[in-house]
Amino acid sequence: MSDQITFTIDGVEVKAKPGQTIMQAADDAGIYIPRLCYHPELTAHGSCRVCTVIVNGKPQTACTQPAAEGMIVENDTPELLEHRRNLVDMLFVEGNHLCMFCERSGNCELQAMAYRLGILAPKYPYFYPDKPVDSTHKDIFLELNRCILCGRCVNASKDVDGKGVFDFVGRSIDKKIAVNSDKNLKDTTMAVTDKAAQVCPVGSINKKGTAFKIPYGSDIEHKK
Amino acid sequence: MIENLRTEVEQICKSCGNDRTKMMDIVRQVQEKFGQVSSEAMDVISQSVNCTRVEVESVVSFYAFLSKTSKGKVVIRLCNDVVDKMAGLTPVAEAFKKELGIDFGQTTPDGKITLEYTPCIGMCDQAPAALVNDEVVTYLSTDKVKELVADIRKHYDPNKLKHRLGDGNNATDLVHSCVHNGIRKKGRVIFSEYKQEAGLRNALAVSPVEVINEVKNARLRGRGGAGFPTGMKWQFTRAAEGTKKYILCNADEGEPGTFKDRVILTERADMLFEGMTIGGYAIGAESGILYLRGEYAYLRKLLEKVLKDRRDKNLLGKDILGRKGFNFDISIQMGAGAYICGEETALISSCEGLRGDPKTRPPFPAQKGYMGCPSAVNNVETLCCVARILEMGAAWFAEVGSKGSPSTKLLSVSGDCRLPGVYEFPFGIKVSDLLKEVGADDAQAVLVGGPSGQIIGPNDYKRTICYDDLATGGAVVVFGPERDMVKIAAEYMDFFVEESCGYCTPCRVGNVLLKKYLDKILDGKGEPSDLDFLKSLGESIKLTSRCGLGQTSPNPVLTTLKNFRSAYESKVKPAENKFQPTFDIKKAVAVHESIANRKSVIFTE
Ligand SMILES: Cc1cc2nc3c(=O)[nH]c(=O)nc-3n(C[C@H](O)[C@H](O)[C@H](O)COP(=O)(O)O)c2cc1C
Ligand code: SF4
Ligand code: SF4
Repeated sequence: MSDQITFTIDGVEVKAKPGQTIMQAADDAGIYIPRLCYHPELTAHGSCRVCTVIVNGKPQTACTQPAAEGMIVENDTPELLEHRRNLVDMLFVEGNHLCMFCERSGNCELQAMAYRLGILAPKYPYFYPDKPVDSTHKDIFLELNRCILCGRCVNASKDVDGKGVFDFVGRSIDKKIAVNSDKNLKDTTMAVTDKAAQVCPVGSINKKGTAFKIPYGSDIEHKK
Repeated sequence: MIENLRTEVEQICKSCGNDRTKMMDIVRQVQEKFGQVSSEAMDVISQSVNCTRVEVESVVSFYAFLSKTSKGKVVIRLCNDVVDKMAGLTPVAEAFKKELGIDFGQTTPDGKITLEYTPCIGMCDQAPAALVNDEVVTYLSTDKVKELVADIRKHYDPNKLKHRLGDGNNATDLVHSCVHNGIRKKGRVIFSEYKQEAGLRNALAVSPVEVINEVKNARLRGRGGAGFPTGMKWQFTRAAEGTKKYILCNADEGEPGTFKDRVILTERADMLFEGMTIGGYAIGAESGILYLRGEYAYLRKLLEKVLKDRRDKNLLGKDILGRKGFNFDISIQMGAGAYICGEETALISSCEGLRGDPKTRPPFPAQKGYMGCPSAVNNVETLCCVARILEMGAAWFAEVGSKGSPSTKLLSVSGDCRLPGVYEFPFGIKVSDLLKEVGADDAQAVLVGGPSGQIIGPNDYKRTICYDDLATGGAVVVFGPERDMVKIAAEYMDFFVEESCGYCTPCRVGNVLLKKYLDKILDGKGEPSDLDFLKSLGESIKLTSRCGLGQTSPNPVLTTLKNFRSAYESKVKPAENKFQPTFDIKKAVAVHESIANRKSVIFTE
């Protein structure tokens, strides 16, 4: 029986395989824990903090915390909902997330999370970053003013594509994504078929010619 | 020129074994040689050590002492910590601007001198202070700035600066610095007389497990801030699977107001290395790394010399002191200006040649630390305590102090007090007694534990300094009656905004928001509801942040909100009209007025 871990999420018993994180076990059990930076095929980044749950009284991110026998996990509580709203609000104002003008509207995980958490408008003041748009690549354009620094493109390009097209530069509020060239995306080995081109949760790494592809009504938040 | 750069950078990489994990050493050397790590240099480095160029840029752009753009041959970094501000930073800063004819963040037109601000450099007891490249200048005044700049202009060589010498080892040729030790009170553990190497000899006479037991019996807890039991940490590291193990000494001392490790490094380097060697023996490590903050580079030569002497005396090296099979040596890893690198997993990242991002935990360093090997990270003072425990025994060590916090603690005291400096007191000392000792009769507030600790008022002066009450890594800053505590909180938030690694949302964005709202309040535009807002935002940052920085960064705000509420309340008032106080309708319509080419009929003067 030692190859089976049993623990609870909001009082519901959940089984996990050794080595699984709380997030993986919850997904297998059909229990939803809100998340943004997490991508099931990539190394967990743990940066957005939206999947913060309370484990035996201590906050932990479900995407990085291994499941352990007997642990008591709180997920769907009013306090955590409030913290998650605050986090999503922060991501909204940090970037230029003006959904009505964004070609990813309806196909954006940040927008969907805002709907899910009941956010109608961010309560914090917008920062209005002003990073240049990079549309030099023939198939892809970068609008980093919408980047939520989830690290998916970095990990996908390094670990899956074996290229290392993206990495983080700078620190604090000036931290941002940079490409592996002193110039632009077109000067890297990036291809539209790369995993890194498929994983961006928001309208930051975009494939050209796909704007407004998802008709309203069949978008992420309406499907869930 | 370009070819020259290529060969020289290649040479530097080669001298570091073309090893990607030596990235910090490589980029530090390139920076020193060329005054920048240029785009071309990044290309050469990436080719030499076989990584992507954006990975090199990722590292360079993280550390404050490294830059992609060109800096002057001489870089003046004026410390803008809160304590320096209280000690008269503004006129000193103005004097620098005037003498150099440039603003902060600029380089003189001849390209020779760059002027910058930098957070706490560990000289609060002799503020205002600055770094001139690696050299420290203290007690700055407008006159002194004039002399200093004239002196620099004579030779542009910080080593040739004329200054009086500090006390103790500061006066030796190896340090040759004007820094004062400022030891005000010697306690029984760190600054008393001791028998050098007796602890190490005693340790090597017993088994590693017995050494760990002795440290456990002494109930030694980490002196770096978190207070984790050292014996337990070592037991975990010893027990963890791995052929190679490491002991890392955390000499990053970045918490504003802390400078006690500076004095240990100057006067007790042997004791520190002795403790580290004992630690190496206890956990089964053959290598130790001293992570020295870039700001303390002026101590490097001294420390290297102490290490060399220890090798000569077989206190380091093979079969140490005749103990067959115990091989151990220590190297120094320089930091490059990043407070977060004091966080133990960020420190490890930095040692590995990466950005100073904290790592995902678990795994913890004791399981998978430096280069994936089990590692123990310990504070400078902690390791000194170990040397004394092994010399004098656990019982002697725990004779003083309080129950949960045995023995003594070094406190770095600065701010509005007559006798700033380093004090070694038994744990359990009352804040009021400490204030008497340091000559602070009218303290309005005291910061215990640095900005990541707490700012307390007179109601709490009866409380004690120890792990179970007011915990501290060593910083104590006193604020006199005339200080504006809201402003102080805002200034400490500046520090956290600047020093957040930027990895996680709450710390990266939330701290900026806290600062914005504090500024709004200081600007007279705050509303009563803003105070609840600060509290709720602060609590979200604390609860959801990824590492200790974000988990404590709202403390200056939250603890002043609690203990100095009236200072906030006197600054906020309900909005007079239906607009938010920060919203200026006339300014907002001005653009449209100019487009329409007529004045608004509703919002006129
Ligand atoms: C942001 C941050 C900065 C820190 N800076 C230091 C430091 O400068 N020196 C230090 O010893 N510990 C520092 N720490 C604590 C370390 O993470 C770690 O707990 C400590 O080095 C362990 O040593 P100890 O157990 O001997 O105290 C810092 C922690 C955080 C979160
Ligand atoms: S560009 Fe997209 S995938 Fe990359 S870090 Fe930003 S949000 Fe994440
Ligand atoms: S709390 Fe997050 S952003 Fe802040 S220093 Fe730690 S990991 Fe970096």
